[in-house]
Amino acid sequence: MTQTTYALELKDLQKRFGKTEIIRGVNLAVEAGERVAIIGPNGAGKSTLFNLISGRFAPSSGEVLLHGQRIDGKKPFEINRLGLSRSFQITNIFPKLSVFENLRCGVLWSMGYKYTFLRFLSGLHDANARAEQLMQMINLEKKRDVLAINLTYAEQRALEIGITIAGGASVILLDEPTAGMSNSETARFIALIKQVTEGRTLLTVEHDMGVVFGLADKIAVVVYGEVIAFDTPDKVRANPRVQEAYLGSAVADQQAGAH
Amino acid sequence: MNTSSSTLAGRKAPAAETRPAAQPAYRFKPLNIGRFVVWSLFALALAAAPHLFTSSLALTMLSQIGYLIIICLSYNILLGQGGMLSFGHAVYTGMGSFIAIHAMNKVGGLQIPLVLIPVIGGLGGMFFAILLGYVTTRKSGTTFAMITLGIGELVASMALMFPEFFGGEGGITSDRVYGQPFLGMTFGPAIEVYYLIAVYCFVCTALMFAFTGTPLGRMLNAVRDNPERVEFVGYNTQRVRYFSFIIAGFFAGIGGGLAAINFEIITAADSVSVMRSGSYLLFTFLGGATFFFGPIIGAVLLVFASILLSELSKAWLLYLGLVFLFMVMYAPGGVASLIMMNLRLAKFGKLKRLLPGYALLTVCALVGVAGFAAIVEMIYHLQLNAALGDHLRFMGLSLDTRSTDSWLGAIALLVVGGGLFEMLRRRFVRQWSQIQEEIELLIKRGEAQA
Repeated sequence: MTQTTYALELKDLQKRFGKTEIIRGVNLAVEAGERVAIIGPNGAGKSTLFNLISGRFAPSSGEVLLHGQRIDGKKPFEINRLGLSRSFQITNIFPKLSVFENLRCGVLWSMGYKYTFLRFLSGLHDANARAEQLMQMINLEKKRDVLAINLTYAEQRALEIGITIAGGASVILLDEPTAGMSNSETARFIALIKQVTEGRTLLTVEHDMGVVFGLADKIAVVVYGEVIAFDTPDKVRANPRVQEAYLGSAVADQQAGAH
Repeated sequence: MNTSSSTLAGRKAPAAETRPAAQPAYRFKPLNIGRFVVWSLFALALAAAPHLFTSSLALTMLSQIGYLIIICLSYNILLGQGGMLSFGHAVYTGMGSFIAIHAMNKVGGLQIPLVLIPVIGGLGGMFFAILLGYVTTRKSGTTFAMITLGIGELVASMALMFPEFFGGEGGITSDRVYGQPFLGMTFGPAIEVYYLIAVYCFVCTALMFAFTGTPLGRMLNAVRDNPERVEFVGYNTQRVRYFSFIIAGFFAGIGGGLAAINFEIITAADSVSVMRSGSYLLFTFLGGATFFFGPIIGAVLLVFASILLSELSKAWLLYLGLVFLFMVMYAPGGVASLIMMNLRLAKFGKLKRLLPGYALLTVCALVGVAGFAAIVEMIYHLQLNAALGDHLRFMGLSLDTRSTDSWLGAIALLVVGGGLFEMLRRRFVRQWSQIQEEIELLIKRGEAQA
């Protein structure tokens, strides 16, 4: 492996909706195994960035490279098959399937079962064993046959992560995994994320600064569609541009609140 | 990939220790007694039905039920399992019928044994599903529904353009008695045709049930639930829909082929019409799209409605429409879900408490319906049969459409029956939700103990 091959690399990535520029030339290079937190004020384009990487939207210009291979403009399922998986900010699971079925759906393609209708699911021992393991990892083995729609919110968030990691993707994108959780739930959940993404490349959007500094090897700060800083937590904290951006937004928030 | 699986394996070990005796429920059980009993009963019902109901009308109905079960189940692969609201399923059953009947007439010079004709019909339905499904399944939801409607109209109008294939208004006729007898059966007598249909019905039902347990079948459910997420676990939703659509087309064609054998005549105005597609949709829904066996009930209801109800009353479509309306509003899971909900109550021993409520509701409903039906029948009589006199027979009574007594009596029945029904219904709903809460509590307690 040469030094220039990153797990994920963004080159001058841009996205416009009509005349509005949402992503304005993002460059980012993430090494294999790194945990990167993406932070930034609301509307900075963090979720859009994830949507561009995962194929939900096609970029207006620029490149996305996964292990050196271009994936921009590919469809979500093609990107997923190349080893990139994502979760969603708003829970996105299969509501009328059980927990076990949800996880098994996440496992099937990666185990090569594709569209077959000539084998029974009950006979796919490797896929079933994998789904059982995932269920234990996300601590939902007691809810095995419960429909996903009947789970608590925190359980649904865990299932969301479970489906995301099910296919064994090497690069994982988590979009605000702890959104809407209480503090104690968040702490437990971050430990879970650390555990299940071990050895993989992780990009996560996160608002809780405590979580960010505890979880991430590196932090990328996105402001108005640009990455203004990408470095280790300590250096990002000391970065005057970041301080300015955050202070600025805090002042703006106060002003907005005063109106 | 490697790193991830080793992490998984690393986590597996301690977890396995904590639940040593845990039996994963996915393990294949060769002796699934319950399932074995259900399938045996199904086979027995198919085999015994013509001996229990021996009239020729009953045999006609049973034959139709047999292939309609296949058709409604195939439709439910789309509707219930895939969330695809198709308005054009008759295209695939109808084309299966035409291909089958041409095969019976030895078009192409090759004589295919009659027992294999339904398979030819199936391949015909599958061929058109491959052709037309490629267009329809590219989209989902409302767009899918609109495209199927368009294609349904398209094929129906094509029937007039190609009279050589569709036989114009007269249709295509055939004779099912040809070639060597199969196991001593010529398939001339209706009973022999019934058993041919029954065998296909059992095998196709089993195959379609098996489909629900395959990777494609499960991903079809996932596509129904959340197509977007499916794309992010590596599956192309269009492919999942397309392949399932082809499978549904195959079974629809088998049903169509059996219909061709049964009637020995197929007309495009009936077989590929949008009306026909609509009735498959309606009765699959009435039977229950959320359970595998729902469409079987739907097929039975379809035959009873179209043969018996249409005999009883000229206004049968009106009654059918109302039943559909009430089901959509109050029991969107169809008859099957009503059965399953009550079985759940019975499992927890709570059904007995509801039986008096059910009995009272039934009585009131019957009174109200009788009043309503009397009004409808009198209106129909006035509009259509006025030349036959003022009187009409209704449930053993003679009603006089000119007398206010008959009208007032009917209205009184409707108002009293309907009013009491509504009062009882409210009480019943309260009782129902109370029992559901009790069951939830029982389940929670059970979980806490486990």
